[in-house]
Amino acid sequence: MAVGTQPKLDAHKLRADFPIFEQSFHGKPLAYLDTAASAQKPRQVIEAMSTFYETSYANVHRGVYELAERATQALEDAREKVRAFVNAASAREVIFVRNATEAINLVAYSWGLNNLGPGDVVLVTELEHHSNFVPWQYVARRTGADFRLIPLDDRGELRLDELGSFGNVKVVATGLVSNAIGTINDAAALAAWAHERGAIYVCDAAQAAPHVRVDVQALGADFVAVSGHKLCGPSGIGFLWGRAELLLGMEPFLMGGHMIRKVTAGETTWGELPAKFEAGTSPMAEAVGLGAAIDYLDAIGLEAIEQHEHALAAYALEQLAEIAGVTLYGPPADRRAGIVSFNVEGVHPHDVAQVLDADGVAIRAGHHCCQPLMGRLGVAATNRASFYLYTVPEEIDRLAAGVRRAAQLFA
Amino acid sequence: MTDDLYRELILDHYKNPRSYGVLDDADARAEGQNPLCGDEVTVTVKFAPDGETIDRVGFEGRGCAISQAATSMLTELARGRTATEVATLPKEELLDELGIPLTPIRLKCAILGLGVLKVALHRAKGTPLPDEWQGLDFA
Repeated sequence: MAVGTQPKLDAHKLRADFPIFEQSFHGKPLAYLDTAASAQKPRQVIEAMSTFYETSYANVHRGVYELAERATQALEDAREKVRAFVNAASAREVIFVRNATEAINLVAYSWGLNNLGPGDVVLVTELEHHSNFVPWQYVARRTGADFRLIPLDDRGELRLDELGSFGNVKVVATGLVSNAIGTINDAAALAAWAHERGAIYVCDAAQAAPHVRVDVQALGADFVAVSGHKLCGPSGIGFLWGRAELLLGMEPFLMGGHMIRKVTAGETTWGELPAKFEAGTSPMAEAVGLGAAIDYLDAIGLEAIEQHEHALAAYALEQLAEIAGVTLYGPPADRRAGIVSFNVEGVHPHDVAQVLDADGVAIRAGHHCCQPLMGRLGVAATNRASFYLYTVPEEIDRLAAGVRRAAQLFA
Repeated sequence: MTDDLYRELILDHYKNPRSYGVLDDADARAEGQNPLCGDEVTVTVKFAPDGETIDRVGFEGRGCAISQAATSMLTELARGRTATEVATLPKEELLDELGIPLTPIRLKCAILGLGVLKVALHRAKGTPLPDEWQGLDFA
């Protein structure tokens, strides 16, 4: 066997790192095919957080005692891991937030409310998760700007040939990978197009960061939003990367402790980056967990994860295509992440998901927080199976068998 | 468990819904959605000449088997009762009819049609609308 064809990732072995798989559901081992909603957590992440609580916990950036300094160091070590993970020029460009949604809201409020007005165009896409759609729609309405959408073709890929016709675009906000149908967008081209017009480019990388190397400098983006929970980190933490020159010129988003330089009755001045955007007590243990998750993914290698997912997506598309009555959505396997969205003729996705649950197979059924996309596809909801480093081909066989069972039950 | 959930009666109502189609001469009408799964139901009611008794119920919808079968069963439960009786009909009566164990998420599917019917009666007859259904009365 040639070296290039060696599997780089042993999913069967990696599963042992995830305590969740020690349980069974309805008497069956768990086939967790809902990673696009949230990834499971390896022991390494859970233990890093426990150890932090047991040995290093205090509030950060406050005390002068040794324990507080240890906690602060742990938080800042995590920030440095994030910086390296996305190849940011400086750790001060990394702002910890609750999730990608909060990161995008930060930009929409702090940049959008102060830089948009009537005659300006805010451009998102039909493919967006509500997290990168609703904040921009809202800010456009508040400022009198126009809210426009880049359309999709029938395969669920962006019509970049339509890019000429949007007027005075000031901000372009798109996802890098679609959470609903797996489309991988050409973010670098969108960033370049935005910059030619003097617009900023905001990239929702929540679904991309667990699967492909996100290099913020190579992308040429101005802001990149990421959630920790989708990349094996804990819930309750994510980060915004932003270009320092833009962050420096922006108003803060949340006001309160830690984000100030000086407070008087007459006036408050803002702190340095990143403190200016991190009001209140930080998600400290969560940051430590996120750092541990990045270490875990780096040790496996994002390239190996990406390759593994592509292989699984191709296998799932092949298996599902053989089932009568199944409609598949999204681009071909080589242009999608490990996400497969589908419908079974005459069977509502909730019913498909319920039948699969009885077999211990967990998939998502619904609109995936992408109602504009569902409208474009002409459906109310889809079934979505998503794969990760711990997914094994046998689980896709169980998925296909369950889908067949559902189709028969409702025939 | 699946076989319990999708027992023959439910599959029958799903595949052959009773009283399907909105009534052209309806006296009461309401629509509702379940934002979790996109289930949609429209319920219409025609009263008997006494203006109180439900003579006919017609519904249309799209959604999962549980929501559509439950609404189909509901049209049979409601016929011949007064608006006031249906307005105070406990959801347990419909759930008994379904006769399956439901998780909290699927419970919302099962009682969507009932809530929409109660909203329709509330609008047409001013019958009381309990708190749990008020979210559906947005029109």
